[in-house]
Amino acid sequence: MKRHALAALLCGLGLAGCATMDDGAAEKRLVEILKRDFHEKGIAKLDRLDQDAVQQSCTKFNNNPPHGGPGGIDRLEAEQMAAIKWPADGKFIGDWKNGEKLAQDGRGMTWTDKAGAPAGGNCYNCHQLAPKELSFGTIGPSLYHYGKSRGNSPEVQKYTFGKIFNAKAYNLCTNMPRFGYHGVLTEAQIKDLVALLLDPASPVNN
Amino acid sequence: MRFRRVIGQSLMAALLCAAVPLACAQDGAATKEEKDATIQEIERYREMIADGNPAELYELRGEEMWKTPRGPKKATLQGCDLGLGPGVVKGAYAKLPRFFADTGKVQDLESRLVSCMVNLQGMNEAEVIARPFGQDAYKSDLEALVAYVVGQSKGVTIAPPLEHAKEKEAYALGKRMFLYRAGPYDFSCATCHSENGRRIRLQDLPNLTTHIGASRAYATWPAYRVSQGEFRSMQWRMNDCFRQQRFPEPGYGSEVVTALISYLAQMASGSPYEGPGIKR
Repeated sequence: MKRHALAALLCGLGLAGCATMDDGAAEKRLVEILKRDFHEKGIAKLDRLDQDAVQQSCTKFNNNPPHGGPGGIDRLEAEQMAAIKWPADGKFIGDWKNGEKLAQDGRGMTWTDKAGAPAGGNCYNCHQLAPKELSFGTIGPSLYHYGKSRGNSPEVQKYTFGKIFNAKAYNLCTNMPRFGYHGVLTEAQIKDLVALLLDPASPVNN
Repeated sequence: MRFRRVIGQSLMAALLCAAVPLACAQDGAATKEEKDATIQEIERYREMIADGNPAELYELRGEEMWKTPRGPKKATLQGCDLGLGPGVVKGAYAKLPRFFADTGKVQDLESRLVSCMVNLQGMNEAEVIARPFGQDAYKSDLEALVAYVVGQSKGVTIAPPLEHAKEKEAYALGKRMFLYRAGPYDFSCATCHSENGRRIRLQDLPNLTTHIGASRAYATWPAYRVSQGEFRSMQWRMNDCFRQQRFPEPGYGSEVVTALISYLAQMASGSPYEGPGIKR
């Protein structure tokens, strides 16, 4: 009884994980059912159903994992940060005009997309960017005046590149996909998106 | 075809406005004229709906199919038990998904229709579910049957049972699936459907973790989808969500999809069913 009370208290205070043994068994059962009930189609293969450590932790703790431990925020964010491939030429800024086209493009990675076809950035699906585009989503924050309000320093450039490459390195359970980490976008494409956000000439900052 | 095109063009704009009124204004600080125009568009849309939902054409086709002897056994579907007894269609959809003793499974409308076509009419299951969704010239029998059956629950309170152990199991599995993050974009259902007032582009996203949000979605699906010129079933809705989630494809009428539908139906329980709906 005492131990249960302590666990409940720690769990309530957010000091320890709240998942139980039953949870683990139910999760395992779900994965078995998924593997049985889904089939591959086009480029979408069954291995997509397997969770990596980040997906597993965020699912298990309902997007609010503890900081410590192997499945905790601290270790996983550090691992994700270490997996970012920074540009070899040390440059983060590409062409904002290409960036705008990419931001508009919502294609990529579905079973109706062709293998090898370049994916878009999907940005307007979730964010406001250039003010003339009225058809923008609201799952993510508005990025209008992103560069104007943050400046264009090397630190901001690096952070912005890293965030698009692997948003989970900065905020483990963010809704935002890991565009570089999962190979959705190339380094050059990410640079173009950084330019869209930071170039003083970009419509995002005007 | 002409009907589809005309309806498609005029309804698309109106539906977008109806779904997201603010989206039709030029910016956050919409002028009075713009707001009036938006309200007029919504009114126009409501009138069009009152004039008739193209889903009715599918309902009629489905009803005829229901009553016509088909399959190797040359039987109608009038002996099909949708949960309220053989042949009872009125109000049956509002009480689904539910556990069926004869199959030993929790079934949604579509997997139940497949069971009836196989068991009563002698059809081959693999053939029945080979092409469950209509496209272009191809029209799906299942979608028409769905249109007919859901139309017979219009105005009926959504109240699927949650008593049998397997019904509870399906609900719990669906809830768990809703939160499962995976794939190249790390998406779960909850990524897009667990907060109020969110949208993708101009498409508003129901918060399916609330009774109101789930009701809004569940009560108006299945629906005629104007942009596709097709009537779409709940299994289709789940299928296309998984496509956009960047997952592989779920089996038609499979346990995991039925479980998700069970979860949504329970979340919407107590609200009147208003379908078949009409969507952009």
